[in-house]
Amino acid sequence: MDTARSARTTRRILALSLTAATAIALAGCSAPTLGGGGGGGESTGTDTIKIGYVTPQTGPLAAFGEADAFVLEQMKDYFEENGVTLADGTKHDVEIISKDTQSDPKRAGDVAAELILQDGVDLILVSSTPETTNPVSDQCEANQVVCISTVAPWQAWYFGRGGTPDKGFDWTYHFFWGLEDAEAVYSDIWKVATDAKGVALLLPNDSDGGAWADEATGFPPFITDQGLTPDNPGAYPNGTTDFTAQITQFKNSGDSILTAVPIPPDFTTFWKQAVQQGYQPEVATVAKAILFPSAVEALGDLGNNLSTEVWWAPSYPYSSSLTGQSSEEYAAAFTESTGQQWTQPLGFAEALFEVANAALEKSASSDAADIKEAVATLKVDTIVGTVDWTSGPVPNVSKTPLVGGQWRLQDDGSYELVIVSNSEHPDIPTGGTPEKIDWTGR
Amino acid sequence: MSIVNAVIQGILLGGLYALFAAGLSLMFGVMRLVNLAHGAFAVLAAYGALLIVRTGALNPIAALLIIVPAMAVLGFVVQRFILQRTLGTSPLPALLVTFGLSIIIENTLLLTVTADQQRLNLGSFDTAAIALPGGIRIGAFPLAVFVFALVVLALLSLVLSRTQYGRLVRAVSDDPGTVQLNGADPKLIYGFAAAIAFGLVAVAGVASGVQTSFSPSSGSLFLIFAFEAVIIGGLGSLWGTMLGAVVLGIAQTVGAAIAPAQQILIGHLVFLVFLAFLPGGITRQKALR
Repeated sequence: MDTARSARTTRRILALSLTAATAIALAGCSAPTLGGGGGGGESTGTDTIKIGYVTPQTGPLAAFGEADAFVLEQMKDYFEENGVTLADGTKHDVEIISKDTQSDPKRAGDVAAELILQDGVDLILVSSTPETTNPVSDQCEANQVVCISTVAPWQAWYFGRGGTPDKGFDWTYHFFWGLEDAEAVYSDIWKVATDAKGVALLLPNDSDGGAWADEATGFPPFITDQGLTPDNPGAYPNGTTDFTAQITQFKNSGDSILTAVPIPPDFTTFWKQAVQQGYQPEVATVAKAILFPSAVEALGDLGNNLSTEVWWAPSYPYSSSLTGQSSEEYAAAFTESTGQQWTQPLGFAEALFEVANAALEKSASSDAADIKEAVATLKVDTIVGTVDWTSGPVPNVSKTPLVGGQWRLQDDGSYELVIVSNSEHPDIPTGGTPEKIDWTGR
Repeated sequence: MSIVNAVIQGILLGGLYALFAAGLSLMFGVMRLVNLAHGAFAVLAAYGALLIVRTGALNPIAALLIIVPAMAVLGFVVQRFILQRTLGTSPLPALLVTFGLSIIIENTLLLTVTADQQRLNLGSFDTAAIALPGGIRIGAFPLAVFVFALVVLALLSLVLSRTQYGRLVRAVSDDPGTVQLNGADPKLIYGFAAAIAFGLVAVAGVASGVQTSFSPSSGSLFLIFAFEAVIIGGLGSLWGTMLGAVVLGIAQTVGAAIAPAQQILIGHLVFLVFLAFLPGGITRQKALR
């Protein structure tokens, strides 16, 4: 009798705890909304032009937003001094409102809606991975506010949001490179591998991974065209703690080339386990995860000669249309102000404001329709190269140059990104040639 | 061969899950309390270790010497002043209060240390490995965690079965009223049990911070895995918990070998099968042994 009751109680506690635990897990998925709110009461100024700026400043993608504080500070100073003069000759103050997505796609959409509906922004700038750019762009499209987006391969932004080769979008514009550029750069670096046969693909189950894994437009058909065999064990969920299955498959197939597009924490987990379990590819071309010195330094001395794509570097022969600083001067100013090494999003964060400024100067008024009109035919030379929406591969997209680089371990334990492949853009100088990963002694 | 490797790596992963689950199992066994803030406290401990590593000259392992006692004290205090008041015939107050605690901790962390993903570094030990025949290599750190989990659980069950404190714990677990009549204070026993559980969760949090990475919201996944390990193993049994954790780890790694995208889902499915067909778990015990 007593045991029966205690068993019943136990079962009840269990059922309740299970429900509650699930509730916690679900709550964890949609990170709580913090900050924001307020500030809605202010007049949606007739004179001041408001620019919304949405990036992941915290969370797993925080490295993308590392340069934001510096760029925002600089741009605030610039606009305070110069304002912006529209095509009709009227001069306006510019207010920049920055929002953090906490690396959460749902929150990215929420803050975009907040910027549009509460703050009444005239223009939204968004950057860093499809998980950020797509929900924000969708929100802008729905609310008919001009959005300029960057730092996501254009296929993931364009096709990922339902664009078709003929039919684009009305309010949203994007500038960045595409998978075809990454393929050209990576295959150039792969040539360093001896007797390469298989290419291991480590692709996550997100927008980037989906675009890369696509059997028609992604990496597998391209790899086959190169006379190599794609080896894709299937998409893994972001946040995976154990990559044994993938590592074993890559090891058994003897893939001497690894290519991947993971988020930074996942690559660190994967690479550590790969070293532990003895998977030793000759070349590893890794997008997204090792764009940043901080991410490579987290690998200790395991990061030497890892390859990644380079979309902007101090050696780029372009300069800012706002401040006139060259790429090199701009990176130096960043390092001097923050004490940190330059990162690639630095150039693009600045370029976003160059594009915004150029669009506004060309716009007949601060009306959304006029700004849209101006962006649609905009052509401007920025610190990351020429942005030109009249000649993209599909409507609403403009391509910027892409080259390839390798991380080289320095004597003091830090890493430096050296450009090793510029086959598509010879005007960008290289600093060395591709090298194999050195596995001796492991 | 790849299945053998998956099983071995799964067993090692189970060591980490066992560390998480041990504290949960102990608290449930002693005071019939499911601590839903368990994962949040693990994350809190990991951030504590990160703070020490960043300021002082200690490595994460040495930081445990500070974090574990600190969390144990916190556990004692939380039990005596918060959780004790929720214990009674209905399990609801305890669940609600610990649920609330987990939300408070997660949001406080989000506000203070941001949502950034963090990791604790052990240098070359991170990637050191031992080669086995057949091309299988096992990581030194996961192995160390597994061995540590075994040792801790062995010590804990020794304490529970052989010492005066252990006898008191088992007595309280069976019938707190009678124990009180005999002159022992169940509240104090509960407090010490909570201290041990929180000390364990601190080790688990730091270990997982080295092995993978953590952010303020990663506690929920830790909690789910710990919970599943406890149920698969059988409620109230410490060795069952270890077994359950290993089963869960193997389910995940073997699952990943079959369908890489469904790794975590397959772990959940195995748990559901146990819940549906073997609710008593592997060991089928009810009281703490």
